[in-house]
Amino acid sequence: MHASLPDVDPLIARLADAIAPTLTPDTVIVGIHTGGVWVAERLHAMLKCVLPLGMLDISFYRDDFSRIGLHPQVKPSNLPFDLEGRDILLVDDVLHSGRTVRAAMNELFDYGRPASIRLAVLVDRGGHELPIRPDFTGLELDVPAHQNVNLSRLDDGHLTLSLA
Amino acid sequence: MNLQLTEDGRLRHLLTLDGLPRAILTQILDTAESFMDVGEREVKKVPLLRGKSIFNLFFEPSTRTRTTFEIAAKRLSADVVNLNIATSSQTKGEAILDTVDNLAAMHADMFIVRHSQSGAAHFIAHHVAPHISVVNAGDGRHAHPTQGLLDMFTIRRYKGEFHNLTVAIVGDVLHSRVARSQIHALTTLGVPEVRVIGPKTLLPTGVEQMGVKVFHDMEAGLRGCDVVIMLRLQSERMKGARLPSSQEYFKFFGLTPEKLALAKPDAIVMHPGPMNRGVEIASEVADGPQSVILPQVTYGIAVRMAVMAMLSGGATT
Repeated sequence: MHASLPDVDPLIARLADAIAPTLTPDTVIVGIHTGGVWVAERLHAMLKCVLPLGMLDISFYRDDFSRIGLHPQVKPSNLPFDLEGRDILLVDDVLHSGRTVRAAMNELFDYGRPASIRLAVLVDRGGHELPIRPDFTGLELDVPAHQNVNLSRLDDGHLTLSLA
Repeated sequence: MNLQLTEDGRLRHLLTLDGLPRAILTQILDTAESFMDVGEREVKKVPLLRGKSIFNLFFEPSTRTRTTFEIAAKRLSADVVNLNIATSSQTKGEAILDTVDNLAAMHADMFIVRHSQSGAAHFIAHHVAPHISVVNAGDGRHAHPTQGLLDMFTIRRYKGEFHNLTVAIVGDVLHSRVARSQIHALTTLGVPEVRVIGPKTLLPTGVEQMGVKVFHDMEAGLRGCDVVIMLRLQSERMKGARLPSSQEYFKFFGLTPEKLALAKPDAIVMHPGPMNRGVEIASEVADGPQSVILPQVTYGIAVRMAVMAMLSGGATT
């Protein structure tokens, strides 16, 4: 089954519009690998952020490590700025259980003490298992538990959403 | 041999690099890369092995290897217990297994084993329950896989690729578990030319069958090398090798700035430590601009973190 989902670009544009008025000089954008980084790269360019983009791989902070082990392709986290006192805009592609976001916040605090963290997601698909809600949402969906919303990137850099 | 891998091809124990597939070696190096920045953060710890108990079982003394394993385990948030067991009371295999059983009864999750006898880590790996992993931290003359891996990590960091390199391993290859692990890893990772350089008495017979070129002369062996790995010469082994003195050894096989000049200008110099300055390596080289001996120690922590992380986690069947 492959339902048609909206184009990604207008969703990111909508996110950028919502985020723009809230930016401070101390705002840094941090994307969560892999899909979150793709969205974060776009937002970083559209919002003309001066501070470099941060990237987070939460593999070392997952709460299901003892069950499923280490992801075979761990990417290095890269936060090329001091986190102390920053306003962090954490970006992910799809919000589902909220466990990834929790792991990301745990990791961020091991780099320093940010002033604030806000969450932007391309798609909030429901099915939350933790008290974590996005501050900025591109698209809200109500997806049954057995289905997955996936963001993929084509060779030309084009982003597409699919339901499987 | 496949004691080291699970049925679905994941790392189960790390005992030797001999026979480990290239994909696993590369995965360890890539994972280690991700652990590199943990040591530079505000909090030098990730919560991955929280609640796991790791026992350092050292039947042979070693300060540095044990310390780097300990730091690596602690940076993964594991609980670490160090046991230095005098070899005299551990001559029998049963005694070792008694020790292992006792520690397993304390809910050990991983054993890091160093022993003067080849095969000790295998012996323990055969014995332990399925949820316990064993890492060989050096057994006799046989293998020292994490040292071999950290050496590969160092080479990749400085040289980027393996497929265009000439690597020389110099000195007491005969008694060196480090050299064996390095040779297995270098050939698996596709290094086209691995050389061993040393006096006949310190090279194992038939070493060519491991896919290396043999040299007995530093001048010829070092020419055009990208990487020069010096091995430690243990003084007690000098007698058996009929070496007249350490000065004599240094004259022929010690790495001096003059000899290093024969290698490529951007060649790196490595040493697994601890060094015998003035025996296998001159201080000017050990402390010189081409030396990466201290970075090797730093990388050793990230590599050991990667190995322990890959061994832990995942449902045990």
